[in-house]
Amino acid sequence: MRKPIPLLVAALALLLLVPVAFPHLKFVITLAVAKGFAALGVALLLRGGLISLGHAMYFAIGAYATAFLGSKAGVSDLVLLLVASTAVAALAGLVFGAFLVRYRAIFFAMLNLAVSMVIFALTSKLYGITGGTDGLRVAVPTVLGWAPGKAAFDGFLFYLCILLMVVLGWLVHRYLQSPLGHALSAIHTNEVRLEYLGVSAWQTLLTSYTISAALAGLGGALAAMSIGHVLPEFAFWTESGHLVLTAVLGGIGGVAGAFIGSVFLEILHTVAVGVAAEAWNLIIGLALICVIFFLPRGIYGLIEARRGSTKETGL
Amino acid sequence: MFQTIVPLFVDALANAALIFFVAFGLTLVFSVLRILNVAHGSFYSIGAYVSASIGLWIVSAGLNPWLTFPALLVSAALVAALFGPLIERTLVQWTYGRGEAVQILMTFGLFLILEDLQRLVFGVSSYYEDTPVALLGSIEIGGIIYLNYQLLLIALAVVALVAMRVFIGHTRMGRLLAVVVADREISEALGIDTRRMFTIAFTLGIFLAALGGALATPTAGVAPGLGADTMVLAFAVAAIGGLGQVEGAALAAVIVAAARVLAIYLFPALDAVAPYLVMLIVLLVRPYGLFGKPAIRRI
Repeated sequence: MRKPIPLLVAALALLLLVPVAFPHLKFVITLAVAKGFAALGVALLLRGGLISLGHAMYFAIGAYATAFLGSKAGVSDLVLLLVASTAVAALAGLVFGAFLVRYRAIFFAMLNLAVSMVIFALTSKLYGITGGTDGLRVAVPTVLGWAPGKAAFDGFLFYLCILLMVVLGWLVHRYLQSPLGHALSAIHTNEVRLEYLGVSAWQTLLTSYTISAALAGLGGALAAMSIGHVLPEFAFWTESGHLVLTAVLGGIGGVAGAFIGSVFLEILHTVAVGVAAEAWNLIIGLALICVIFFLPRGIYGLIEARRGSTKETGL
Repeated sequence: MFQTIVPLFVDALANAALIFFVAFGLTLVFSVLRILNVAHGSFYSIGAYVSASIGLWIVSAGLNPWLTFPALLVSAALVAALFGPLIERTLVQWTYGRGEAVQILMTFGLFLILEDLQRLVFGVSSYYEDTPVALLGSIEIGGIIYLNYQLLLIALAVVALVAMRVFIGHTRMGRLLAVVVADREISEALGIDTRRMFTIAFTLGIFLAALGGALATPTAGVAPGLGADTMVLAFAVAAIGGLGQVEGAALAAVIVAAARVLAIYLFPALDAVAPYLVMLIVLLVRPYGLFGKPAIRRI
């Protein structure tokens, strides 16, 4: 199977032209890439055959970490905020993951859902700490001593998101090609056989779970900076459902899939708001069912050039 | 303390009875079809919308207000007849034998579609129709006033539980369902039309969810977002009891009600967290729920 490198580079070049050609799409794409990181995290777990109905909680944890560090701890540096928020989400993923990855199938999905709903209920109820349903405001951060205005920062954040997408996407790609990444896919195929080979399924899954939480947390931190506000709804279960939807729509066959799905959905959303704002969920619900029926490998599967082996990487 | 705890508990139990109907349907569908229906909560809110609309129509048309009671049942039956066979025969049937990821995604897609359909049909304003509550009035026991309607809800949940036991144990259709639950392949070999059983079970599950919603309108009303909120609560109750275990779901509903009362009494802020916290604790100790049996890991 050949990776569609030229196509991806072309798509990337198009994205880089967005601020020049369609300035109003800049925010949309920034948010899409941020959500794409979370969808990539979900896609990682899907490769291991696990469906999480609670990953929006790590997105929310990352977002709230950014808001907290900015408002309560007085951290205003972008790099520090991103690193710290990602670390907090990764730590949460490591702690929750340590017991969650013992479960499979529906039980894994439901336990993730339970944890995420606890987080959701706590963030919306603990008014004194989290601001309750009003959420928290996120100030414009400084960048290594440079204190930009909102407009300049938005422009900077856009390119930063694209840069992070390329660098981290490549790293995740390398991870999936590594023995650890292959072990992850092997869990989906035959977990017992993998354990007979002496590979610990628990360790393999915990590693991938922690990475997926870190990715979702980074996405949440970026989204918090881009939107300038965090809300408990970030952790609601329907958001987790949307992340799975994004991952599957884009395709889990390659790292690019999650971002393709996310950018596609956000642009579609922007278009649909003008035409049929009332029926947005209807549209993506139908799109999702169509993808399941006719395009099990997602959009990525569509552009991926098949040659020789036709390994099924769809659901 | 008694004076505060008991009314709180009755209130929580009446709420839990409504959630129990949804969890009951969810668990029934799961045990027969082996599918976790993420769109199940939507039928709760659709049932609520339909019953509120019919109830408001009965009142505005000047008909006998007692007609609102059969209307609750009729609206649930309407929703089940309209959606049950249609959805099972088209979308759900396609996912049989595929992974649970596909099943969850398919029903999530359905959930999104139903959410918007509700908005398009019923608008975004909330509906409220409390004729049944007003008709039944209230009763005073030991110096505490209870709404008769809430007591009726709790009684109805018990009736539904007993009725299901009788249905499964003493009718032909119920026994056939039990056979399909026990072993799908053998029942097919015995000549049971499993496809028909699936349709019946799915429709029955939707009926229960819609009934819960219909019964909820007189006390709680209905507004957008109700389906999503109910879905997770029903998940929690069904999971605590053990997926596929109806008695487990009933016990879980009582536990959740008790936990909420305890939370309201001790930490009011944690009221909404209680059901999920209970779910988390129970599932960590017994991943298959209180009444569930662990599945055998196949190589």
